[in-house]
Amino acid sequence: MDTVVKPQYNDGVVKAFTLAAIIFLVLGTFMGTYAASELAWPFLNFDTAEITFGRLRVIHTNTVIYAFGGNVLMATAFYIVQRTNGRPLYSNTLAWIQFVAFQVGLLLAVISLALGMSEAKEYHELEWPLDIAVALVWILFTFNFTMTIAERDKEKVPHIYVANWFFFGLLIMVTYLWVLNGLAVPVSLFRSYSMFSGVQDAMIQWWWGHNAVGFFLTAGFLAIMYYFVPKQAQRPIYSYRLSVVHFWALMFGYVWLGAHHLQYTALPDWVGSLGAMISLAMIIPSWGGALNGMLTLSGAWDRLRTDYILRFLIMSLAFYAMSTFEGPVMSAKTVNALSHYTDWTVGHVHAGALGWVAMVSIGAVYHMTMKLWKTEMYSMSLINFHFWLATIGTVFYIVGMWVSGIMQGLMWRAYDEYGTLAYTFAESVAAMHPYYVMRATGGVLFTTGAAIMLYNMLMTIRMANARQTNLAHA
Amino acid sequence: MAAQKPRNIQEWLEQNVFALMFATALAVSVATIVEIVPLFYLNDTYEHTATDDAGNVKFPDLVWNHEGKRLYYKDESGNWASDWKPGDGVRPYTPLELAGKDIYMREHCMYCHSQMIRPFRDERERYGHYSLGTESIYDHPFQWGSKRTGPDLARVGGKYSNEWHTMHLMRPQALVPESVMPAYPWLAENSIENDFFGTHRDMKKRLEVMKLMGVPYTQEDIDNADEYIKGHTEMDAVIAYMQVLGTMVKLDDSKAYRE
Repeated sequence: MDTVVKPQYNDGVVKAFTLAAIIFLVLGTFMGTYAASELAWPFLNFDTAEITFGRLRVIHTNTVIYAFGGNVLMATAFYIVQRTNGRPLYSNTLAWIQFVAFQVGLLLAVISLALGMSEAKEYHELEWPLDIAVALVWILFTFNFTMTIAERDKEKVPHIYVANWFFFGLLIMVTYLWVLNGLAVPVSLFRSYSMFSGVQDAMIQWWWGHNAVGFFLTAGFLAIMYYFVPKQAQRPIYSYRLSVVHFWALMFGYVWLGAHHLQYTALPDWVGSLGAMISLAMIIPSWGGALNGMLTLSGAWDRLRTDYILRFLIMSLAFYAMSTFEGPVMSAKTVNALSHYTDWTVGHVHAGALGWVAMVSIGAVYHMTMKLWKTEMYSMSLINFHFWLATIGTVFYIVGMWVSGIMQGLMWRAYDEYGTLAYTFAESVAAMHPYYVMRATGGVLFTTGAAIMLYNMLMTIRMANARQTNLAHA
Repeated sequence: MAAQKPRNIQEWLEQNVFALMFATALAVSVATIVEIVPLFYLNDTYEHTATDDAGNVKFPDLVWNHEGKRLYYKDESGNWASDWKPGDGVRPYTPLELAGKDIYMREHCMYCHSQMIRPFRDERERYGHYSLGTESIYDHPFQWGSKRTGPDLARVGGKYSNEWHTMHLMRPQALVPESVMPAYPWLAENSIENDFFGTHRDMKKRLEVMKLMGVPYTQEDIDNADEYIKGHTEMDAVIAYMQVLGTMVKLDDSKAYRE
C-alpha cells in the first residue's frame, strides 16, 4: 500500500480560474469576430457608440489578453506552483480574494471601455481607478505565488522548477511595465492624461506594448509549456541546459525589442536600429525554447496520432516557432517599411495569439480539467474537432492578413508610368474586402471551437459531479 | 534527499527564490535603462532642441514663442481670437481642440488612423512632409498610432472643410463609398460641456494638469478654458482638433530636420 501522504492541494480556486478563462475565451473571440465583421460590413456598427469598431476592438483585446489570458495564467500558475513544490498555496483565502477581485475588475473594464473611458494607450486602456486595481490584484498574485515557493519544504524540493522561473519573469516584468506605462495624472474619475508626451511616451508605450507580448503572452505561456508538455507527453523536458539558456536570454533580450515598433518614425534612429538588431538575435532563444518543447516528444511522436491534447500543445509550439521567426523578419527595416501600418501586423499578432497562446492554453486546460475533476473528458472526439476548427480558423485568419497586409503595403507605394501614385487610399480599402471576410470566417471557426470546448468542459464537470454523488450514495 | 551544495550561480539561484527574483529584475532592467533613459536628456530626441557641431540649436523656430502673445482671447467684438497663426510653430491646444482630442481618444480613432508620416516618397505625396517629434511635444499621450485601416491624419488640418468633416463623420460612406469607417452621429447631439454621466467637463482642471506636466498654458488660458468651449458640440471639438493637425509648423523641404 502506498504510504506516501499526497499533499492536499487548493484546487477549488484553480477550478474557478480555469472555468472563467474558457468563458472569457468564448466571449473574447466572439467580440473579435464581430469587430472583424464590422470591417468587412460596416453597417454592423449600427450607429451605436458602445459597439463601434473603435470601442469593440479594445473590449476584444482586453477580454482575450487579460480576461482569458490572465485567468489561464492564474489558473496554471496556482496549479503548477502547488504541484512542483508539493504543498498547498500559501494562502487559499488570498487566492479567492484575487479571483473575485479580478473578475469584478474585468467586468468593470468591459463596461468602462464600452462607455469610452480610456487612457488611449494601446493594450493599456483602462482608466486610472481600474489601472490601480489591476496592479493591486497583480501584486497579490505575485505575493501568494512567491510565498508558496518560499515556504516549500527545502529538504524535499530543493530546486525551483523551470516553469516557476518563467512565472517570475511574468510577474516581475508585468508589474514594472504596467506601473511605468500607466503613470498618468487624473483630471476626473473617468479621465487621466499620460505623464509622458511625444517621443518618450511613444518609446515607453512600445516598451510596454512589446513586453506585454514578451512577458504576459510569452513568458507566462512558456511556463505552461514547460510543465504541461512533459506531463502530457509523460517524458522529462528535452534539455535542462537549454531551458536555462532560454530563460535568461528571454529575460535579458526581450526587453530591447519595443523600439522596432517605431522604425522610421520620429523616434531617434539609434533606438529603432538597436531594437531591430536584438530582435534578429532573439530568433535563437525563441527557437531553442520551441525545440526544447518539441524534442521532449522525441521517441513518442506516434502519440500525436491518438492524443488530441498533445496535438494542441505541439501545434502551439509550431505556431510559436513560426511567429518568432516572422517577428524578427518584420522588425528588419526594409520589411518594416512595407509591413508597418498594415494588416500584416494584425496577422502576426494573431499567429501568436491564436496559434501559440490560445492553443497552448487550450491544451493545458483540457489536461487540468481531467486532473482537477478527476475524470475523463466527456468527449474526446469533440476535442479533436475543436483542434481542427482552431487550426483551420487560425490559418484562415493569418493567411487573409498576410495577403491583405502585403497588398496594402504594395498598393500604397505603387506608382504608375507617369510617376504618380497608382492608387488612392480608398481603392486600397476596397481591395481589402475579400480578406476581411476571410478573416471574419477564420474568427467564426475559432470561436465555434471555443464554444465547443466550453460545452465539453461543462458536460465533463456535470459527469464528474454526478459520479461523485453516485459514489456517495453507494 | 537533502539539498545539495550549489555548484554554480544558476543552482544557487534555483534554490533561493528571492535571489532568483532579484536576478530576473536585473536582467529585465538593462534594456529599459539603455533605451528609455537617454531619450529624456539627449538634445536630439527632438528637432527643436537638436544642436549642430558648434552647439547652436538648429531649429528653435519649430516651437511657437508665445512671449507677450496670447493663445486665445476675446477681441473687442466679443469673438475669440488668437495671436498665433498657422505656421508660427508648435503650440498648446486650445481648450476646444484639447476637448476634441479627448473625444478622439474616447472613440480610439488612433487605432485606425496614424499620425506619423514616415520619410518615404509615397507618404510625402499622399500625406505631406514627414512628421517631426517636436510636433507631438504637447501630446499627452502621443497619437502616432500603429495601423492605417484609414489614412494618416498627421497633416489632415485644412485639407477638407468643416462641412465635409461633419458630413463624413455623420455618414462616411456618403462621401467615400469604399470606406469601412463607422458613423458617429452622436457627436452632433452631445454637448462638449458634458462629460461621462452628464458630469461637467472641467477644462480648467484639464489645462491645469497639462501645465503641471510642462505644457506652457498661461493662467489666463486656464481661467477662460470653460468659457471657450461653451455652446459647442462634440462634433465641433473633434473637427477643431483635426483642423489644427499638421498646420502648426511650416516645414521646409530643403532642410534636413533629422538624419
